[in-house]
Amino acid sequence: MSGASRSPGGRSGELARTTADRHPSGDVAVLEARGLGKRYRRRHALSDCSFRIPAGRVCGLVGPNGGGKSTLMELAAGLTRPTSGSITVFGEAPHTASARRRIAYLAQDKPLYSRFTIEETLRLGRELNPVWDQDNAERIVRQGELPLSVRVGSLSRGERTRVALAVALAKRPELLLLDEPMADVDPISRHQLTGVLMAEAAEHGITVLISSHVLGELDGICDFVLLLGAGRTRLAGDVDEILDRHRLLVGTDDAEDPLPEPDLHEVVEVRRTRRQVTALVRPRVPVADGWDVVEPAVEDVLMAYLRSPGATPLITSSARPVMTPHAER
Amino acid sequence: MEYLIDRRSGVATYVQIVEQTKRALRLGFLQPGEQLPTAREVVEATAINPNTVLKAYRELEREGLVDSRRGVGTFVRHSLGKPQAAADSVLHAELTDWMRRAHAAGLDREDAAALIASVLDAWFPVAPAASTAHRRTGDAV
Repeated sequence: MSGASRSPGGRSGELARTTADRHPSGDVAVLEARGLGKRYRRRHALSDCSFRIPAGRVCGLVGPNGGGKSTLMELAAGLTRPTSGSITVFGEAPHTASARRRIAYLAQDKPLYSRFTIEETLRLGRELNPVWDQDNAERIVRQGELPLSVRVGSLSRGERTRVALAVALAKRPELLLLDEPMADVDPISRHQLTGVLMAEAAEHGITVLISSHVLGELDGICDFVLLLGAGRTRLAGDVDEILDRHRLLVGTDDAEDPLPEPDLHEVVEVRRTRRQVTALVRPRVPVADGWDVVEPAVEDVLMAYLRSPGATPLITSSARPVMTPHAER
Repeated sequence: MEYLIDRRSGVATYVQIVEQTKRALRLGFLQPGEQLPTAREVVEATAINPNTVLKAYRELEREGLVDSRRGVGTFVRHSLGKPQAAADSVLHAELTDWMRRAHAAGLDREDAAALIASVLDAWFPVAPAASTAHRRTGDAV
């Protein structure tokens, strides 16, 4: 599942030079957090949060309200600075001009000038950005049957999302940060805009971080997930590997054989209905007979971690930053 | 070649792409030398992760059915089609005739599928799956 295979030539070499530490996996981190913390007055939005996202991944960002998702997006976009630890984009601090050129950020409220027409909005983007793909932006707008002459203020929220996404993609970013992009979009436009997003990711090897509360929306489009809770990393890694590490055990609720052997498996969550027990575990040894063993779907795993804030976090090797003495300082 | 992805089928998305490609090869819709759609084309139409398409194409390549030429595309190497099973074959015509009669007899889709499955299993038995875990629903990649 190497993202490098669809990166355009030359770019990954450039990344390698700007990234300070070689990861054991040999891939290159686009976004990396080490002990990242952000405090607002008394409240810690993020505390001691560590993870990395390799190049070319489409990463789903999941977590409860107040879990730190939007704060992480703002830090990654360079709009705010950490109060502890570090975050880097392509090996640099996100607020530097060179890093910001490579990032596009679509905030939840899709900020656009309401008095501008779509045409003026795209013109502003062209003036402000050294790289600008006007044809692509117009194509995305036209797919939604929006005339370029219409004012942004008169658009529905879903239509504004389309224009905002057109602007974000026209910048030709290498890292695209999308904070709940599809929340206001109707199902047909959602499918179409997701298709556009995936096509751009395929063609240009963009790394995407996309947050959503609708887990089904992320299923199928993400090959990497990052689950935050109480400001910390609770689950991070390649979807394939995460699914591979978990099993759903289904059995009868039998007092003689209480499930699920807690000393043998890392138990994430146990749910009991009348006579049935369902447990999501990370097996350490082969599961004993008597259980129906099922490979979970992504949604099963994410829901289990969301419902069980006390479960032991899992950060797979591709999502674990290299901790150097320098970085820990 | 267009892929139809069913997210609720419980079959991994990349497996659906592999199987639909093989079906097209069997039926002769895809011929040796023809190009499979690019990853961009597939994901734009289906809104799935590009790596899923690449994974499916790698699997087809591993099975020797397609050739991936870097920067050019993925091309069909081998047809799976047997002339006896092509869309214009005698067997196809006979099966179509049987379907027409089943339809005329008032069977619905499920009835016909069940009948075919029972005869199919009798003549083409499958070995039991050795996998330890089965998939439940949906799939990420």
